[in-house]
Amino acid sequence: MNKLKIKIAIFTAAGLLLAGCGGEINKGKKSNGALSANVAEKVYIAPGEQDDYYAFLSGGYSGNLTVYGLPSGRMFKEIPVFSQFPTSGYGYSEETQPMLNTSFGFIPWDDLHHPDISQTKGELDGRWIFVNGNNTPRIARVSLSTFETEEIIEIPNSAGNHSSSFITENTEYVVAGTRFAVPVPQRDIPISDYKGNFKGALTFISVEPEHGHLDIKFQLIMPGFNYDLSRPGRNKSHGWFFFSTYNTEEANTLLEVNASQNDKDFIAAVNWKKIEEYVNNGGGEMVTASYAHNVYDESTHTATSTLKKEVLTVDPTMVPGAIYLLPTPKSPHGCDVDPSGQYIIGSGKLSADITVHSFDKMIAAIEAEKFAGEAYGIPILAFEDVMEGTVKSGGLGPLHTEFDNNGNAYTTFFISSEVVKWKLGTWEVVDRQPTFYSVGHLMIPGGNSRKPYGKYLVAMNKITKDRYLPTGPEMEHSAQIYDISGEKMELLYDFPTHGEPHYAAGCSADLLRDNSKKIYRLDANKHPYAVTNPADARVERDGNVVHIYMATIRSHFTPDNIEGVKVGDKVYFHVTNHEQDFDVPHGISMIGAQTSELLIMPGQTKSFLWEPKRVGVWPFYCTDFCSALHQEMQGYVRVSPASSDIELSWTVGGDLGE
Amino acid sequence: MKKASVLMIIGSLMVLSLFVFPMWNIMLGAPQYPEPLGINIYINGLQGQSEFDIQNIDGLNHYIGMKTLPKPEDMWEFTVFPIVALSMGLMGILVGILAFMDKLKPQWFLYWFVLMSILGVLGVYDFSQWLYDYGTDLDPNAIMKLQNPDGTPMKYNPPLFGHKKLLNFDAYSYPHIGGVLLWIGMMLTLASYFVGRQSCNYK
Repeated sequence: MNKLKIKIAIFTAAGLLLAGCGGEINKGKKSNGALSANVAEKVYIAPGEQDDYYAFLSGGYSGNLTVYGLPSGRMFKEIPVFSQFPTSGYGYSEETQPMLNTSFGFIPWDDLHHPDISQTKGELDGRWIFVNGNNTPRIARVSLSTFETEEIIEIPNSAGNHSSSFITENTEYVVAGTRFAVPVPQRDIPISDYKGNFKGALTFISVEPEHGHLDIKFQLIMPGFNYDLSRPGRNKSHGWFFFSTYNTEEANTLLEVNASQNDKDFIAAVNWKKIEEYVNNGGGEMVTASYAHNVYDESTHTATSTLKKEVLTVDPTMVPGAIYLLPTPKSPHGCDVDPSGQYIIGSGKLSADITVHSFDKMIAAIEAEKFAGEAYGIPILAFEDVMEGTVKSGGLGPLHTEFDNNGNAYTTFFISSEVVKWKLGTWEVVDRQPTFYSVGHLMIPGGNSRKPYGKYLVAMNKITKDRYLPTGPEMEHSAQIYDISGEKMELLYDFPTHGEPHYAAGCSADLLRDNSKKIYRLDANKHPYAVTNPADARVERDGNVVHIYMATIRSHFTPDNIEGVKVGDKVYFHVTNHEQDFDVPHGISMIGAQTSELLIMPGQTKSFLWEPKRVGVWPFYCTDFCSALHQEMQGYVRVSPASSDIELSWTVGGDLGE
Repeated sequence: MKKASVLMIIGSLMVLSLFVFPMWNIMLGAPQYPEPLGINIYINGLQGQSEFDIQNIDGLNHYIGMKTLPKPEDMWEFTVFPIVALSMGLMGILVGILAFMDKLKPQWFLYWFVLMSILGVLGVYDFSQWLYDYGTDLDPNAIMKLQNPDGTPMKYNPPLFGHKKLLNFDAYSYPHIGGVLLWIGMMLTLASYFVGRQSCNYK
């Protein structure tokens, strides 16, 4: 009897074991990461409920910034920054075309890379988010109350504005480093004269504390390396900025081989406070330059573009003690500073290991004047003197590291396609999870600040392949959310992203939710062509230029019948939305107008140009389903021959003037 | 009698709270208005619960042909009611002070209360008349002309008190702080009469 009992017990145990194994195997096979019911609950935001975090994902070659919620992965908005956006008329409307002006003229596109949220004392303050345009170097400031682009400044002497747009811990500066070294100033020389002639400009743009206005304070004209990414010092290292470099070989062709020869490149440590002091005392050289500064004014709803003519440059050798080079293995990409400001993490993208430098060791080496050499007059510190530890990751191709609030770091590995969690101080690997596929950057809300929110991690993958239903050769990239609140990371969810997110910034929903504007005040509208009272709606002619001062409110345009327009006229529609109710935009478009529609928020004025080419009666209509009578929201413009002498007139419902 | 007079003075002062707080509140919620629109009715005019609510309610009401909500100059009530309330409040205080100085008997508290009640009832009647007129005197060219199942034109007057469904809107009408304080104040003046009479009886 006893024996039987034991046998049953053994069989039962074996059965359990088998079941356990089977379960594990199936789980692995099925979904490469497993989604069980309780995981689904972690990302499920019930209808009508809201996410806990905002995530701002760069759009890469879309030129724009996208706003998502975490943990749901739902996209809320695409904020146009560097690219024309027909959805709202950004870059098409008369008011916003100047936003895309550059020293090269109007440029309808850029490659948006790295969002960074403004900070006070090293913590996210949610006033603005800064982003960089990589191709035609620019930095933009986006308001986090209107979620619209308010300012764009072009960066002269720069090309491939990649180690940007990261901010110092009180938003004193937004920093823009060049990826390409270029002749400074630009001139006609053989490309092979690269060495010594090409320079790498690191630009410090001051941020005016009240309105956030941008102004280039100085450009540090560094040796012609390629400056890849950067991070501010924080806490104890506040006042420093760290830039990763590659191509310290200064190759100008076939970089994939020629820029990969040096065993170590550098992380450049820049004491910007020292340089700030130097320029405040009259240091630096003002040189001729040409760059656009575009500012959008919320009260006039209009952008203006100013071409600036000079910039203050600083020769690094003129400020001794301000810049040091930290040897870092294998073309480092990410250059990340932990929340304490003590560790500077270099991710040598061609190596297996992650190199951790110590800020204290760096300062000690500088104070002891222990230099291993110099490059173009800039002291190089000895690797052994600054290196604090190496993470033997077991992965390949580390790119970028962020942090949680419990002393852990998380590094993406592009080549081995995984996120590796490791411990600061012990450099031990704690966990690793595969990504699908080939992760570039990752983001932990607040991960680039003193105070990360260590709840979720978003991995932004470069390759999508089979993660979603196929949509032909081209498909959106894919991001993945991991729960990082436990010892082990847990993959929760995949979601497609727009363009190519190169980085993201996230913050708690509470930081922004209540500051988000609902309407623009009509009584604060200072647009020169606004009509704040429908009775003032009118049409004016000045030669062959016709200005239509139009008002909209549910569900009509004032005026909606216009006569006296002629072929060859330039007709400007200036449309003011008189609604003062949340989420009641009106749109407008005119048949044959060679531009986008306008989407006009309550209290706002926008303008588009229509050049009528044919005689006839041509309709316009509201493009946004604004109300039950949206479909009735329409009007006509009568276009007469150029020789016609029909007077201008305008009416709505038979009223108004002529 | 001193205690009663103090009650009378406090009660009358509370009438004057009408100059600070709204008397009444009407809220209009609908699926697409998760934050309801609201009207606060002050003794001297209407104000939106949020800044642009009046404008937005007018904007919606134009579809069904309702008149725009009245500005202070559009209704005599917004001029007369403040005068009446101020006079009654001051008169009540005066009665209270005189009674405190033993110049008046507690019956005066009751006289004041009865007069105030009559005026109050008239005020509420007038208010309900306005609500009815506002909700039923519709533009014959209204965009949407809706009928009840029996074929009569639909009426949109908000409820005098409580809840009413108006098309896609749920309307809620309740006293606001000013109205509540007025009520409490009047109860205090009534109480002051009984308290005063009791203390007189003791004497």
